[in-house]
Amino acid sequence: MKLTSKAFKYGDDINTDYIISGKYKFKSTDMKAMAVHAMEDLDPDYHAKVSPEGGFLVAGKNFGMGSSREQAPLVLIHSNTKAVIAKGFARIFFRNAINTGLPVVECDTDLIDDGDELTVDLEAGVIVNHTKSIEIPFPPLPPVMAQLLADGGLVEHFKKHGGFAL
Amino acid sequence: MSRLERVITIPGKTISEKILSAHSGTDARAGDIVIADVDFVMGQDGTSPLAIRALQEMGVDAVFDPNRVALVMDHSSPSPIEGVSALHTIMRDFGKKTGCRIYDVGEGVCHQLIPENGHVVPGDLMVGCDSHTCTYGALNVFSTGVGSTDGAAAMASGKLWFKVPVTMKVTYTGELQPGVYSKDLILDLAGRIGVDGATYEAIEFHGPVIDAMSIDARMTISNMAIEVGAKAGLMKADAKTLAWFEGRGGRVPAPVDPDDDAVYVRELVIDASQITPQIAKPHAVDNVSPIPDVVGTPIAQGVLGTCTNGRLEDFRIATEILRGKKVHPDVRFIVAPASKRVFLDAIAAGYVSDLIEAGAVFVTPGCGPCVGTHNGVPSDGENVISTANRNFKGRMGNSNAFIYLGSPATVAASVIAGKITDPREVV
Repeated sequence: MKLTSKAFKYGDDINTDYIISGKYKFKSTDMKAMAVHAMEDLDPDYHAKVSPEGGFLVAGKNFGMGSSREQAPLVLIHSNTKAVIAKGFARIFFRNAINTGLPVVECDTDLIDDGDELTVDLEAGVIVNHTKSIEIPFPPLPPVMAQLLADGGLVEHFKKHGGFAL
Repeated sequence: MSRLERVITIPGKTISEKILSAHSGTDARAGDIVIADVDFVMGQDGTSPLAIRALQEMGVDAVFDPNRVALVMDHSSPSPIEGVSALHTIMRDFGKKTGCRIYDVGEGVCHQLIPENGHVVPGDLMVGCDSHTCTYGALNVFSTGVGSTDGAAAMASGKLWFKVPVTMKVTYTGELQPGVYSKDLILDLAGRIGVDGATYEAIEFHGPVIDAMSIDARMTISNMAIEVGAKAGLMKADAKTLAWFEGRGGRVPAPVDPDDDAVYVRELVIDASQITPQIAKPHAVDNVSPIPDVVGTPIAQGVLGTCTNGRLEDFRIATEILRGKKVHPDVRFIVAPASKRVFLDAIAAGYVSDLIEAGAVFVTPGCGPCVGTHNGVPSDGENVISTANRNFKGRMGNSNAFIYLGSPATVAASVIAGKITDPREVV
């Protein structure tokens, strides 16, 4: 899968309360409605900026630390976030992203600035930064996770195979 | 190489490797990915509705074993708004349909209820749709937080995939000084290694300081393993652990010790005698200082409770400081017992009346104001001192408030003075 979009860059240790505050996550299961609050306490305009044409959320280390709320990857998906690209991820967010079908890429994001145009090739394990004319390699996902992502997430994997087939 | 030499060179296993081996039927080693049988699956009211929806999308209308699945209404309970009421109804309907256990409003925090009711025992593997599921590591359970879809897959199949974590070993030597508690040890650790200091790793906590602690105090440490990114925060089961499980109606415990030659990714030995009361300052759990650095910071609200410090020992510690004193007139002191059982025990011990006389406001057993949905959202610019585990910006429902984390003793001393106070002055 190749994805092309613009980078929206943020910092280190972005926690799940920034991605979607606890005060919203309990209100409903309507992710489309909740998505307008994505990243709100860090950037109130995130949804307005990213949702029309899509984008990559680019961050530093330990993206998604904190709670197990699956609303976090879901509101990013519903804000038209094509992938999250970070130096590293918190464990539960990483699993939740794969399970819900949001691609996650670990690489040196110092090579990406806000507004850069990127193409992410998930199979080849490379990001082309068109703005800077550089290629940024990244390690491909372990086979179990690549399989889940290829199936469209864990729900689709279960529907397809009737259980775990990894 | 002779057979004997080969046997001798096989390294030992950590608690994580042993539990994941036993539950996957493999020789699981750090780095392996295994599909393992889980002993129990839990969800709370912020995560269960999405898990139920995922099960519907999977076309699954039963759980693998109704006696091994529980859903708990604790985060926003009783419901403060109609949206949450609808989520609670989804959970109750699911309970009726599948026969799984439902803990309704007022029963308590999931992380108190699951062990308290014997749903897990030492040696178990369990997952919960809540990041603080790592709490039961203190009880020798490999327990870890997962999202709703992972939870749904586990509820449907009784299985889940796991990457076997490497393990960091933390050994506490010496002894705790007066006014210093297990909460201070784990805040100190967060300060030392940072919020991503153990990401993708398990931590094993060992040493005489852990051995000397009550189960309540141990749970505070394992509860916050996730705050340094860890997948699990494990301890050995000792006589105290096994005694704690007596009469809870659980399965037969199967305690798991690490091998003497287990391989650890790194080892920290910390002299607990040197540790002083610690405070995590806004807005990060690793923004930790020894308490003298923040003494005198004015506070508008104090919180005693949560899955970190809402147990009977925490109530005893706070009550011994507050008995016969008064909460400062400019401070609201919110208290949330971790469970109905803790509440009843605290009433029987006289703690509740002492705390109310001092000025405490009791709310429903459960998560209390920790997660920002109800029970005491702070106002703009206010400082809160809390026994909870997270002080992220906006955590308590207002991104213009400031949350400080400390031990029950620190909170009790601070609500009397109206400012952050060193508990060593009052114990």
